[in-house]
Amino acid sequence: MKNAVYTFIALLMAGSLSAQSPEAKGLEIAKAADAYDQGFGSSQTKLTMILTNKQGQESTRYMSNQTLELTEDGDKSLIVFDSPRDVKGTATLTFTHKEGSDDQWLYLPALKRVKRISSDNKSGPFMGSEFAYEDLSSQEVEKYTYKFLREEQINGVDAYVVERDPVDPKSGYARQIVWYNKQNYRLEKMDFYDRKNALLKTLTYGNYKAHKEKHWRAGEMNMINHQTNKKTKLLFEDYVFDLGFTENDFSQNSLRRASR
Amino acid sequence: MSRVDGLFVIMKSGSNTNWWRRLFSTGLLLILVAPALLLAQDKKEKEGVYQEFSGYFGFDYRYFFSDGLYPEQKNSFPSLILQPEYLYEWNNGDDRFKFIGFGRLDRDSRRTHFDIRELYYQKVTGNWEISLGLKKVFWGVTESAHLVDIINQTDFVESFDGEEKLGQPMAQFSYTSGIGTFDLFYLPYFRKRVFPGSRGRLRTPFIIGSSDVAFESVAEETRPSFAARWSTFTGPFDIGVSHFHGTGREPFFRNTPGGAFELFYGVINQTGLDIQATTGSVLWKLETIVRTSDFQDMWALAAGVEYTFYNIAEKGLDIGIVAEYLHDDRGVLSFSSLDNDIFSGMRFAFNDVQSTEFLIGGIFDLEKSTRLWSVEGSRRFGNSWKGEIEMRLFNKVDPSEFLNVVREDSFLQFSINKYF
Repeated sequence: MKNAVYTFIALLMAGSLSAQSPEAKGLEIAKAADAYDQGFGSSQTKLTMILTNKQGQESTRYMSNQTLELTEDGDKSLIVFDSPRDVKGTATLTFTHKEGSDDQWLYLPALKRVKRISSDNKSGPFMGSEFAYEDLSSQEVEKYTYKFLREEQINGVDAYVVERDPVDPKSGYARQIVWYNKQNYRLEKMDFYDRKNALLKTLTYGNYKAHKEKHWRAGEMNMINHQTNKKTKLLFEDYVFDLGFTENDFSQNSLRRASR
Repeated sequence: MSRVDGLFVIMKSGSNTNWWRRLFSTGLLLILVAPALLLAQDKKEKEGVYQEFSGYFGFDYRYFFSDGLYPEQKNSFPSLILQPEYLYEWNNGDDRFKFIGFGRLDRDSRRTHFDIRELYYQKVTGNWEISLGLKKVFWGVTESAHLVDIINQTDFVESFDGEEKLGQPMAQFSYTSGIGTFDLFYLPYFRKRVFPGSRGRLRTPFIIGSSDVAFESVAEETRPSFAARWSTFTGPFDIGVSHFHGTGREPFFRNTPGGAFELFYGVINQTGLDIQATTGSVLWKLETIVRTSDFQDMWALAAGVEYTFYNIAEKGLDIGIVAEYLHDDRGVLSFSSLDNDIFSGMRFAFNDVQSTEFLIGGIFDLEKSTRLWSVEGSRRFGNSWKGEIEMRLFNKVDPSEFLNVVREDSFLQFSINKYF
């Protein structure tokens, strides 16, 4: 009898899950992933970007990134270029907003000039790479609508497969397919479809490490452009958390100083 | 204001030169010696230390299409440049020492010049930032004129567009708060503008030597200047309000009793306002200044828009269009020919691996025939070489404009720089 009751409850729950619309379930997964990573505070990392052209020739860029987590609004971040050497010291300061366009400033070291720039450039290539600006900006839940597709195994782990559509009409994508690790919600893979809904790029994540026990950060991101056969690899090294950053560390003066 | 004006009166009486000189020597001593002492003292702590050598060297070749208007002027100018940079940071960057040098070897003896662009010590504590030494500071938002920007003297032999600057000795205090950033500057020493020599182009008929200069202040270069700026942003707006009191960076031309020309640096008060509104792909820009002195009062304005089409045809190409209106109510005494002009330009950024870029622009006088065209382009080669081209064309220059003296000085320049 008792077993029967449990079975009944289990059936009821399964029923309610399946009754949940794919949109609601997709959003639930995105929110859960966001909630899972909440509380990282601030982080700093060094990036190496390796660009490979059709002929297999490589060029390498170095930069560093600082991020401050904010919960009421989107995160703040600071990116500083170290190489190629002619753009050394060029830096960007971005205030992500959950709704509306982000605020972004560019620092040009030769002129010592801070310039507010339009954040409308979502789909353009970042530093000549296969990453678009929007691929590298803070992934706020509100920036997409979601649809749960299925569960499947990827890289030997169970994953939720969710389609997400960018809210911003200036996005270069019609949709993205995201593989979330079921256990810790880290991203395993992402497919990008262009505005004509043709497969454009695939991003795979590797070399994950957990920081502060639960904040998973990929050590490697590989972007392949299926239409041009060009590739970009991003390597993340020397992640540091808990640097005690405050909003003061993301001011225009900080932007000038970060330029070194 | 009143205190500064008070000082101004004392200075003008001429009886108090010593006071300025004393303030100057104390100020300069503090600016140059204090960093050295702090550096020596702090260097013991090896925590959070970072140092780096960088910079570039290069070769450029400038060719003038026509013979100059004045005898001795040459047409081709091969040139060598070096810009070494050194950074030493400690206490995780809260203390830093920065050096940027610059040198050029050129056929024109005046264009052959060396400068310390930056040599300063900076201390950061929470919201405060203090810099002592030679430094470069930029203010403003517009592309074709930099009206508000006043801290540094223009390196006139280096660049015709006035974007290159000489290092300025200063003590700068900067405070970031919830209502914006406040900057205060004490600028103890004035640097004269350097003009081309006899073989050089883009010059006046007469050679302006470093002694063909007069100052309003009897303390001459040692007359300190002061400046303050408040800047903030709210929503789409970035706003800056600034005031400068001291020897103006831009000289007046005047006739000497002997009939020759002379440059004259007056003591000025300049209040500036710069605003940018960033709405989607459109940047709205405005800069305006009011300058007062015993010799000339003026106001000038630069206002315009910049619109960028991003990632055209999904090929990564960005095309930016800039249009700006320039107004300056000064007459013939000024260097500026931007009295009632329109600047219009197009920027092409290919966003490729080599960061290929082009900028094509023109300044057109609304009343006179004068047109000034410019083309700039750059592309990276390999990981650390960069090639650049620059062309300036003077077209139909009106005889009444200051630019008339350089009407034959259209040129094309190629440069190749190695960054390290």
